[in-house]
Amino acid sequence: MKASLPPDKQPAMLDVGHLPTFAFGHRSPMWWGTMGLIAIETTVFALVVMSYFYLRSHVDVWPMSQFAPDLLWGTVNTAIMLASALPNWYAKRAAERLDLQAVRIGLVLCLLFGLAFLGIRILEFATLNTRWDINAYGSVVWMLLGLHTVHLLTDAYDTLVLTVLMFTGPLEGKRYVDVSENAAYWYFVIFSWIPIYAVIYWGARI
Amino acid sequence: MSSDQPTYAPAQDAATLQRTWSDPPGLVGWFSAINHKTISLRFMITTFVFFLAGGVLALLMRLQLARPDNRLVSPDLYNQLFTMHGSTMMFLFAVPVMQAVAMYLVPLMIGARSVAFPRMNAFAYWIFTFGGLMLYAAFFLDIGPDVGWFAYAPLSGPQFSPGKRVDFWAQMITFTELAALMEAVILITTILKMRAPGMSLNRMPLFVWTMLVTSFMVLFAMPAVMLASTALITDRLVGTHFYNPAEGGDVVLWQHLFWFFGHPEVYLIFIPPLGFISSIIATFARRPVVAYPAMVLALIATAFFAFGLWVHHMFAANLPELGKTFFTAASLVIAIPTAVQIFCWIATLWSGHIAWRTPLLFVLAFFVILLLGGLTGLMLASVSLDTQLHDTFFVVAHLHYVLLGGAVFPLFGAFYYWFPKFTGRMLDERLGRWNFWLFFIGFNVAFFPMHLLGLEGMPRRIYTYPKALDWGALNLTATVGALTIGVSVLLFIVNVLRSRRHGAPAGADPWQAGTLEWSVASPPPASNFEQVPVVHGRYPLWLPPGTPDRVTGLTSEHREVLITSVVDAAPDHRLWLPSSSPWPFLCAVAVTILFIGSIFTPWAMVWAAVPVAATATVWFWPKRHMTAVRSASEVPP
Repeated sequence: MKASLPPDKQPAMLDVGHLPTFAFGHRSPMWWGTMGLIAIETTVFALVVMSYFYLRSHVDVWPMSQFAPDLLWGTVNTAIMLASALPNWYAKRAAERLDLQAVRIGLVLCLLFGLAFLGIRILEFATLNTRWDINAYGSVVWMLLGLHTVHLLTDAYDTLVLTVLMFTGPLEGKRYVDVSENAAYWYFVIFSWIPIYAVIYWGARI
Repeated sequence: MSSDQPTYAPAQDAATLQRTWSDPPGLVGWFSAINHKTISLRFMITTFVFFLAGGVLALLMRLQLARPDNRLVSPDLYNQLFTMHGSTMMFLFAVPVMQAVAMYLVPLMIGARSVAFPRMNAFAYWIFTFGGLMLYAAFFLDIGPDVGWFAYAPLSGPQFSPGKRVDFWAQMITFTELAALMEAVILITTILKMRAPGMSLNRMPLFVWTMLVTSFMVLFAMPAVMLASTALITDRLVGTHFYNPAEGGDVVLWQHLFWFFGHPEVYLIFIPPLGFISSIIATFARRPVVAYPAMVLALIATAFFAFGLWVHHMFAANLPELGKTFFTAASLVIAIPTAVQIFCWIATLWSGHIAWRTPLLFVLAFFVILLLGGLTGLMLASVSLDTQLHDTFFVVAHLHYVLLGGAVFPLFGAFYYWFPKFTGRMLDERLGRWNFWLFFIGFNVAFFPMHLLGLEGMPRRIYTYPKALDWGALNLTATVGALTIGVSVLLFIVNVLRSRRHGAPAGADPWQAGTLEWSVASPPPASNFEQVPVVHGRYPLWLPPGTPDRVTGLTSEHREVLITSVVDAAPDHRLWLPSSSPWPFLCAVAVTILFIGSIFTPWAMVWAAVPVAATATVWFWPKRHMTAVRSASEVPP
């Protein structure tokens, strides 16, 4: 059943030597790696949100700590995160055009936004009006906000490392794919905040 | 046969490829290894050592239970034994061993030179190993977990389990699930983006399909147990109240989160062996597996249903009756896709020319044992019967019939089947038969009596029982069976150690199989394929060669791989994979310090994050020389 070829007859070969050496979006393995990460973390967030409502369904008073989180800083931060989509979009588009100068500008702007929402995140924790060790409500709210903050931190650090690399080098085409995928992850981090914001700030009110 | 396979690569090119894809030598090189075959072999051996450790724990339990009123081990040690046994077999053996085997075979089956993220693969292996070692270090220091492998709250909470025992268990979960999640991402990316040209999704070997389905399940199942154990450890260490009813927490939340992971986990263990079985049956029946589309759809259906079953582990908890009815129905429905596959295999065997070799024996044992385990599963899916048998040895018998029959027997078959590929030598057939029959008989002698013990009311997790209950004879029988399994596993080890050096040389394709891993030398060269093949069917080695039959235009000087499209595997671009590096290992050490440190102080999350970030950054940071070489030959999209 096994085929063997007469040695004098060399069959045609599929030449791939002309193909590009990197590619963007779902053509790139990096995209699939990032999407895998996003699938995992979306599942984590969804499970914490389910736990939140599960716990809420088991007690009479919600929030158990009497006072819902203050709306001010959470809402301000939502606006900042949504606004950061703009420089992020700029950086992603610049990367896909291999425009180094614009990539640098986009990444630095993103970093500034990152610093802003991390700073305001501290104020958010301070105005949650509950502690993690008071009751189950406090625990799940801190867990939800804490997990999202870990994402903000890691994404800001990733962006910092990439920004430094885009200024110092060494650079090759693949690094623009990294910038593009970092931007995709950034979208995930800021857009996943919207349902989390709704749960933390409005799940304790409605 | 290997000898009449056409070889196109000039010898010089083969040598260059070998040099390019080999890991560096020496001690630093050993820790820098990232070749998927090297990592996978280490991974398989590590999981097998944990399997042996878990087996020894089981034997200790069986010796303790061999006669009534036995005083061989203390109740406290007994609690640790069954917790460690279950945790080891589930978290350190059954799930990871499937991923370990897949990391070796998948690239070879799909015509790839590597996995997608080879450094991350090495990192995941080290994380897994450190997590397992931590758990055993704790056990030997008498701080092993003692609350059962599913660590139900409130028993596992701070009030009833003070001390560090459960903390080590919870962090072991963090280690192993982190590793499993990374392996899943690597496998998905490898399978979807690195198949050889022409291997469209509907030509993928069934084993690769099982790993793709399993990996997607991992993405959605494992986060639940990580979240559950993180909430448990914060309850224990920083005073949160997730599972504390006094402050609005809920202990059944633990059960939901755990079994939302735990039931799919059964299928994470069970689905990859379905791929082993499809490979082995096709080869030894000498024909393609019947009804390939039905097989693939059945796998996908199983994966979906697996997420709708978790409450059947909780029938004894106080839950709405309507909900229980739904989960009973779902538990019965999942039998359908499993039955589809079993009938397809029977049809394959029926219409083939069977070669009775050891791998096939293990697969046939699967049919018998899994059938029995499945039937008791149907019994337990009934709420009324489950309430009666809950927490008895009937459940112990059921779960071992399912897990050993469904996973361990096919896994041993897989070792016999692919060992020649791993080592270049055949395992001894005579020892193999002794191994098989002792395992098969020992297994039934050990576990069948447990059905009867369970029906008579013997509870799980008791360290002894009084003579008056008359359970001594059945328990002694079970112990004799367990020792027989022990002997059979020893024979397997002897067989492996002897055959590794003195086994009959295997050649490239000792079984005349049809899939691509058998087209390369045994063991395969560092680059797997000296020429990347072009695929024209599901069993390429059983087909006449198509045109074109191989790829040209990839450099041998660098670790260049071909990236192809998701559905059709059309060539898309060429990519250089990273060089070998010690940094994944060092980063894993840093993460280990963070995880273990956080058991003792929450501030470890802060200070230990610094070395984690530093090592991860050095790992990522590109090398100037390589980047310059790459830039010079770059082709932008």
